[in-house]
Amino acid sequence: MSSQTLTQQRHAFGQLRLRLWQALLLFMVVGFWYVMTEPGLIPPMMFQNDRQAAFFFGQPWQVAQRIWAWFVIDADIYRHLRVTLTETVLAFGIGAAAGLGGGLWLALSPLSSRVLEPYIKAMNAMPRIILAPIFGVWFGLGIGSKVALGFTLVFFVVFFNVYQGVKEVSPVVLANARMLGANGQQLLRHVYLPSATSWVFSSLHTSVGLAFVGAVVGEYLGSSQGVGYLILQAEGSFDINTVMAGIVVLTLFALVLDGVVSRLERRLMKWQPKAGETEKL
Amino acid sequence: MAAAVELRDISCTFASNAAAAQGYTAIADLSLSVGESEFVSVVGPTGCGKSTLLNVAAGLLQPSTGEVRIFGQALHGLNRRAGYMFQTDSLMPWRSARDNVLAGLQFRGVDALQAAAQADDWLRRVGLADFADRYPHQMSGGMRKRASLAQTLVMDPDIILMDEPFSALDIQTRQLMENEVLSLWQSRKKAVLFITHDLDEAIAMSDRVIILSAGPASHPIGEFAIDLPRPRDVAEIKMTPEFARLHRAIWAVLRDEVLKGYQQQLRTA
Repeated sequence: MSSQTLTQQRHAFGQLRLRLWQALLLFMVVGFWYVMTEPGLIPPMMFQNDRQAAFFFGQPWQVAQRIWAWFVIDADIYRHLRVTLTETVLAFGIGAAAGLGGGLWLALSPLSSRVLEPYIKAMNAMPRIILAPIFGVWFGLGIGSKVALGFTLVFFVVFFNVYQGVKEVSPVVLANARMLGANGQQLLRHVYLPSATSWVFSSLHTSVGLAFVGAVVGEYLGSSQGVGYLILQAEGSFDINTVMAGIVVLTLFALVLDGVVSRLERRLMKWQPKAGETEKL
Repeated sequence: MAAAVELRDISCTFASNAAAAQGYTAIADLSLSVGESEFVSVVGPTGCGKSTLLNVAAGLLQPSTGEVRIFGQALHGLNRRAGYMFQTDSLMPWRSARDNVLAGLQFRGVDALQAAAQADDWLRRVGLADFADRYPHQMSGGMRKRASLAQTLVMDPDIILMDEPFSALDIQTRQLMENEVLSLWQSRKKAVLFITHDLDEAIAMSDRVIILSAGPASHPIGEFAIDLPRPRDVAEIKMTPEFARLHRAIWAVLRDEVLKGYQQQLRTA
């Protein structure tokens, strides 16, 4: 303790205070939820009897029990998590690769770009979530249709980012590479590609998030596995507690995914300047 | 002996959006040459087409008329025997300093280990040995210029083209860099074509100073041999009476062009 400076001590204490406030807020929200839904605790205000609040909103203790059962007692959620994760990763991987390739191709070939431009605009404007039923027909109820839906969401984000990134490669960096003797292929590999991939990484959070949305929505609209499927099943029997539990699990899952992406991003983007930060060397 | 760079009756007219009929003629009837071991500076008022003529010598720009000869051979496409130091940042931001310096060698197909060794050697020579693994955004402006210098010189080009390379630096760093370039050039004298608007810099560094008239259609209007002894220190040489004499003589010609250039800009504004 004595080796810590005064500033470090104050900072640590400030962090603790922050965490306490955050925990208190959570406690108050959950407490409010409990009090409002526990039958018999308070007189029903919005509903006809005191069981209806629980019916509409679920109860925190039951939700927690459901999550506990999923993860510990029955331990049957891992298979569904694996499926949802697989769909997310596949949708992201294929969508990003296609977006990268497409963006590079159209940015470097002005003729193709001009011919295809209106179609790409149209396809981007269409609310692609609506394709989910068609994908269900084409690819069945397995992971194919979920990956396809995620793909359509990821592709356009990556495509436009890469297209912009390649078009905006610094002409000075380009001229310099040419003067250093780079031929067309070397320019593509050593200038355009790194510039484009940096744009892919800068949109990583959005793309992975969209891939996740595509996977879950696809499951929700028709599937036999995955966390979205669990929610779908619970909804069918009006089991609100399970639906809420599913939402909590999905949220935690999304946060973990986001954390992994942030770690990856920091490693891959170390050459990018962060505005206003002093470099820790 | 053929000159390293020879520009004959070069003119460059750019298509203009404003006046569709006439383009903007940056330079016209421009002829100059740079000898094999000569350090030539081109000075002129702002906007007089200095960068344009350098781009023509580099092969980045095709002139509207005239011809370019490199060591006696007509130039088609990029000038493969020249290195180019740009005015603005030209390092690849996704590469470390070392990877930037060895880029040209990599493009040429030099073995990776050997290229890294040469890159490290040049980084040491420009004083960046401890910063080889840094990325451009982690380096100061002066460090980036030094890395660019190493990147250009590691290729051992026969001609070095420099476009106001130090104009973005503060005065102290600029003087350091000027001395750096001179000492590096001293060991193996290559042909250097150096563009600058700073007359002090031009006189201190070169064997010959060419003055360009104000644009449009600028052309050389004066040429002065700089007979100051070498090796020179850029800061100290400015104190000598010979320097002052040369400065007076060249400024007498340049001043009118600078004023003309300002009049031009006031008129078009």
